[in-house]
Amino acid sequence: MLVLLGPSGSGKSTLLNILGGLDVPTSGTVRFRDADIIGTSESNMTRYRRDHVGFVFQFYNLIPSLTARENVALVTEIAGDPFSPEEALGLVGLGARLDHFPAQLSGGEQQRVAIARAIAKRPDILLCDEPTGALDSETGLLVLEALERVNRELGTTTAVITHNAVIADMADRVFRFADGRIERTIVNDDKCAAREMSW
Amino acid sequence: MVTGVSSLNRKLLRDLWRLKMQVVAIALVIASGVALLIMALTSGEALKETTNAYYERYAFAEVFASVKRAPERLMDKITQISGVKRAQSRIVDIATLDVYGFAEPATARVVSLPSSGRPALNQIALRQGRMPKRERLDEGVVGERFAAAHGLRLGDQISVLLNGRRRAVSIVGVALAPEFIYVIAPGSIMPDDLRFGVVWMNRDALAGAFDMEEAFNDVTLSLTRGTDPDTVIEKLDAILARYGGVGAYARDRQISNRFVQNEIAQADTMALILPAIFMAVAAFLTNMIMTRLTATERDQIGLFKAFGYSNAMIAWHYVKMVLVIAALGIGLGFGVGSWLGQYMLQMYGENYQFPFLIYRPGPQSFAIAALVSIATTLVGSMTAVRAAAALPPAEAMRPPAPPVYRRSWLAKTKLANMIDAPTRMILRRLGRWPISAAFSMLGIALSLAVLLLALQWHDAIQEIIQDYFFRSQHQDVSIALFEAAPERVLHDISALPGVMAAEGQRIVSARIRHANVSRRQAVIGTTEGATLAPIHDVMQGAIAVPPGGVAISSTLADVLGIARGDAFFIDILEGRRPTASVHVTAIFETYMDTPVYMHLDTLSRIMRERRLMNLFHLRVDPTQRPQFLAALKETPRLSAVNFRKAGMQMFRETIEKNIMVFIGFYTIFSCSLAFGVIYNTLRIALAERSRELATLRVLGFSRAEISYILLGESGILTVAALPVGIVCGILLSGYIAEQFSTELFRVPLMIKDATAGIAAIGVLLTVGICAIIVRRRLDRLNLIEVLKTRE
Repeated sequence: MLVLLGPSGSGKSTLLNILGGLDVPTSGTVRFRDADIIGTSESNMTRYRRDHVGFVFQFYNLIPSLTARENVALVTEIAGDPFSPEEALGLVGLGARLDHFPAQLSGGEQQRVAIARAIAKRPDILLCDEPTGALDSETGLLVLEALERVNRELGTTTAVITHNAVIADMADRVFRFADGRIERTIVNDDKCAAREMSW
Repeated sequence: MVTGVSSLNRKLLRDLWRLKMQVVAIALVIASGVALLIMALTSGEALKETTNAYYERYAFAEVFASVKRAPERLMDKITQISGVKRAQSRIVDIATLDVYGFAEPATARVVSLPSSGRPALNQIALRQGRMPKRERLDEGVVGERFAAAHGLRLGDQISVLLNGRRRAVSIVGVALAPEFIYVIAPGSIMPDDLRFGVVWMNRDALAGAFDMEEAFNDVTLSLTRGTDPDTVIEKLDAILARYGGVGAYARDRQISNRFVQNEIAQADTMALILPAIFMAVAAFLTNMIMTRLTATERDQIGLFKAFGYSNAMIAWHYVKMVLVIAALGIGLGFGVGSWLGQYMLQMYGENYQFPFLIYRPGPQSFAIAALVSIATTLVGSMTAVRAAAALPPAEAMRPPAPPVYRRSWLAKTKLANMIDAPTRMILRRLGRWPISAAFSMLGIALSLAVLLLALQWHDAIQEIIQDYFFRSQHQDVSIALFEAAPERVLHDISALPGVMAAEGQRIVSARIRHANVSRRQAVIGTTEGATLAPIHDVMQGAIAVPPGGVAISSTLADVLGIARGDAFFIDILEGRRPTASVHVTAIFETYMDTPVYMHLDTLSRIMRERRLMNLFHLRVDPTQRPQFLAALKETPRLSAVNFRKAGMQMFRETIEKNIMVFIGFYTIFSCSLAFGVIYNTLRIALAERSRELATLRVLGFSRAEISYILLGESGILTVAALPVGIVCGILLSGYIAEQFSTELFRVPLMIKDATAGIAAIGVLLTVGICAIIVRRRLDRLNLIEVLKTRE
């Protein structure tokens, strides 16, 4: 569990986008399992995203015309060895709201559907850009709990961008960003559980 | 930074630039409508103005009458009819011409010129040379087209067979006349400048030839302002009756004028229907784009209002945008439309013979076109602009509530499990916004309908040609005699070299009357068993000759309001001029003219004459054609010679020259319509869903897969639009055909499967091209940008 902290414009999102195969750096290389992912073809990038990366966005980005279950199925249909949508939604505590459309879910619930959608394909990396940015603290904690559980139970490498320094407490390692650079790396030996945090 | 431009206007310019392709697509549709409207309005106006000026300048008569032979002293009596301004007696007849180097006999209307001075009415417009000199019996002026077709020059001689006497006439002038704007031989349907012309000669020359000294056989009148022609006609007919008058008629029945007025009426029809379709689509497109624009700019609208901009200022901002689009379309349409109008008038100038063409379109047509397009686009954008103006600022700055979807009963069935998520997204969207989906579908269907309308003309014309020249006629040549002759003439004609088969008919001038409607219409007396030129119905083919009653064309039956079994009156306008009450025994359909048939025996009985014939249909052995033609040139009193093949060729050429060009224009216009609708539909779908599609890309969907979601929806709409469009196209074509039918011509509703197929392929191609353009935008979708912003 990694947390990326820093003021806006410090390069957190850019790094995340590059790691996720959404953006291309002006220089340097990105390697994933000994293979370059930069400079390869568009379809290689697509395959990389499809097979290895899960995304969670600040504004959930659910498909409004699909139910929670179907939003997750969107990913499981094209993945190699996915959870079933029901399992994935169960992991984030939404087993009871399978057939609700996004418009019928609260913000926290929508974000948890987004997490379920991201982890359902059993990604190697889970990238979250301000996953609690649009939520109040109580629902934000529910979302973080879901992330924590995924990280613990599935062992998925999880990177979370946040403005909220409190969230750093739940990370194994924290990167502090400033002016496009990693200013400091903190190894957190004593991380606390999501439910113990508050802000 | 541009100074002097307010920031709101700068936003407007940038918005327009951002939406440029969509703006252009709508402007093109508006331009097409404006161009069509201006073309029809200005060319119709120019034709009207040209015709009126021509009639005015060359004293075109208002009442026309022919007689067998009337003494010149009768003119005093005619001039005294109240309401008559001027009267002109003439000798008018048909002559057979032998033109050097032309194997076939040509016929011409010969018209007398007064021995001294200019004619009081129906003056001629000399184009070259001079009028015949007084006392010169061998000088003539010929019609311009006829001279041009034969390469005749001043000083050339033609041989004219006047009433059986051959005379060499030298050409001293070339001219046009208001009564011959459209020159058409009796019994033919298209002008044929090689085979039919006009020759003007001194009256003395014709008086001698036709035995008309101190007599005339044609009289024309002009009337004082406000005189009802019908009352004059009644009195004139009474005076001329005992001299073999065949019934006077007013300008509206004069054959040349009838064709010209018909053309003007068609231009008026054109000005109404097609531009209306384009304008309706333009309104629809404006609505689509403005609704989308104001929806995406919700927060900006809120912001402007928060800053203190008034509702009216916001509304005006979006109205300006619409006006810019309309202005673009109007500007382009003005240019194309006035060019087309001029082109159209030139086309009229080729079909109709005018000494001058007046094209000076007044501001009126342009003002109408501009107002119509501004009004339609404003109406189209009204709901969107009103919604923008009415938006409360606080609400405007909140994002709109996410759309609520529901699972339909279908989603709970087994079938639903077999559908993948992308397809489900397509279907749910269609189900969620069925009205906007229906409108998009309708837009595509309308463009298909207009394309089909343009293309079906070709089928309709082929059908007319097939029916008129192949199914209904089987003769090689038809000849008409000036005076009906006893039946044995048929034997003489059969004996002409090369004639393999011959049939004779009697054709007489008549007036058909029922209730208070009457029409001048030639009645044809025919015999049973005719195979060369039988009575022909469009659907049934040859039909039997009615033994006692009358077979009448359906168009005439409709005009008179009579049905099978009804009785009506026929006033025969020749011979003893009998009137008979007859019954309709058959009604048949034709594409051209409004023929009326009787059995020759019935007609002869009504006329109290022996069986006489004056119209003959022949089959001629092609190997003996030269001998046959040579013999025809020596045959006196021929009033018309019509070759079926030549007629068909003329028809084809004329049609190809005129209509095919316009089919081309309309095809281009309908493609612009299809492009405007489809491109805007796709672009708006793309704008509305770019966030969703970007999310899918991030989740690992490939470009092809997200293209499927976007274009699949349009694909479904297109496929649904095809049958709807074809049905609309059929209805539209039927409607236009009805609007264009006259007593002279009916355009059949005939759409071949292949034509419908081609129209459908045209629309599919347009969809394909638009899809490629949109797909390229889709490939450039900025994933990060889209995801950062909230909807």
